Amino acid sequence: MRTCLVVDDSSVVRKIARRILEDMDFQIIEAGNGEQAAEACKRSLPDAVLLGWNMPMMDGYEFLGNLRRLPDGDRPKVVVCIPENDIDHISRALHAGANEYIMKPFDKDIVAAKFQEVGLIDQMLPASA
Amino acid sequence: MNQLDYEYLRKLLRDNSGLDLSADKQYLIESRLLPLARKAGLSDIAELVQNLRGGSSGFINQVVEAMTTNETFFFRDKVPFDHFRDSILPEIIKARANRKSVRIWCAAGSTGQEPYSLGMCLREMGAALNGWRVEMLSTDLSQEVLEKSRSGIYSQFEVQRGLPIQMLVKYFKQTGELWQINADIRAMVQHRQLNLLHDFSQLRVFDVIFCRNVLIYFDPETKINIFNRLAKAMEPDGFLVLGAAETVVGLTDVFKPFPGRRGLYLPSGSVVAPDKAVTTGSTGPKPSVAAAF
Repeated sequence: MRTCLVVDDSSVVRKIARRILEDMDFQIIEAGNGEQAAEACKRSLPDAVLLGWNMPMMDGYEFLGNLRRLPDGDRPKVVVCIPENDIDHISRALHAGANEYIMKPFDKDIVAAKFQEVGLIDQMLPASA
Repeated sequence: MNQLDYEYLRKLLRDNSGLDLSADKQYLIESRLLPLARKAGLSDIAELVQNLRGGSSGFINQVVEAMTTNETFFFRDKVPFDHFRDSILPEIIKARANRKSVRIWCAAGSTGQEPYSLGMCLREMGAALNGWRVEMLSTDLSQEVLEKSRSGIYSQFEVQRGLPIQMLVKYFKQTGELWQINADIRAMVQHRQLNLLHDFSQLRVFDVIFCRNVLIYFDPETKINIFNRLAKAMEPDGFLVLGAAETVVGLTDVFKPFPGRRGLYLPSGSVVAPDKAVTTGSTGPKPSVAAAF
């Protein structure tokens, strides 16, 4: 089963993400900040990371930089998901090593589409009516 | 909704658009037509049908439009756009090297994601298409979706389905929560309202025709008729792209499948050979749809 590390300082956001991703057959690990996320990655590199950005104790930008510098650190697909939806934030995330970017608000179709973009799932889920 | 009203609506749609609803699509009628009814101050489908029986042709058009609008998104199904990049464009670049122009018809262009996705593919080809003239025609039954397509403006939801983030950053401008495809890609596409049931022989021939997920609604005779007329609208070495669940096989032999490329068809007399290895036909690395910016 593929693993996805969900990183966000909001437990509500993490819960929503968990519901969507478990439906897509991912095993979920949660982290409330960049430092916890880094610890989780040291234990075991996940297949995917759903990454929030503005968090205390090491923000997403710093975490992403550190992740990519780990051995095999390019392997996890990182999808950034933050409230800021402007080009500057998107470009910055991509330059930091993100594979994809989800703008809030999103729905499960968008998460599925983005995870398919980066090759984490093979098939599109049927679109909701 | 009562059965008589449903049958009336089925017949109305069949006669006006070729759309052939099966017996169990009452929910679709309700979800598409109740909002229309309410806007017109009518309380339910029964009243709407009464109104239609009265014979207002403007209202009939609105009803047909509401029923025939389809959902679409960028790079829908992905595979047809891979075919476009890997099989179609390399052939066209060779075959039209003197003319340096390509004519493409999106015969169910809807809200524009299909033609604009093709536009992005063309831009991704880079130098191989320098100096080329691209003429795309996008047609649809619905005036409303054509207007939206002309604007090239999409919501945040619409640009997140099917579009790699690098393509969004590269080919769109953001205004608040809306995203507009760049002017140079918009400029590639002309829009026109067109009903595939009607004569379209006045159109000049095309190199590529995309006709995806619209023929599925038609009965076999209508499909055959349209395929025959599409073949006349196409260059002898052109390409036809259908939707994933569609085929010409068993219906007509004016087109033949392109071996190994699902959804891709050639005019039956075409001598375009399937490529043995996937190449772009130009120098440089193979462009991927999700090219880095």
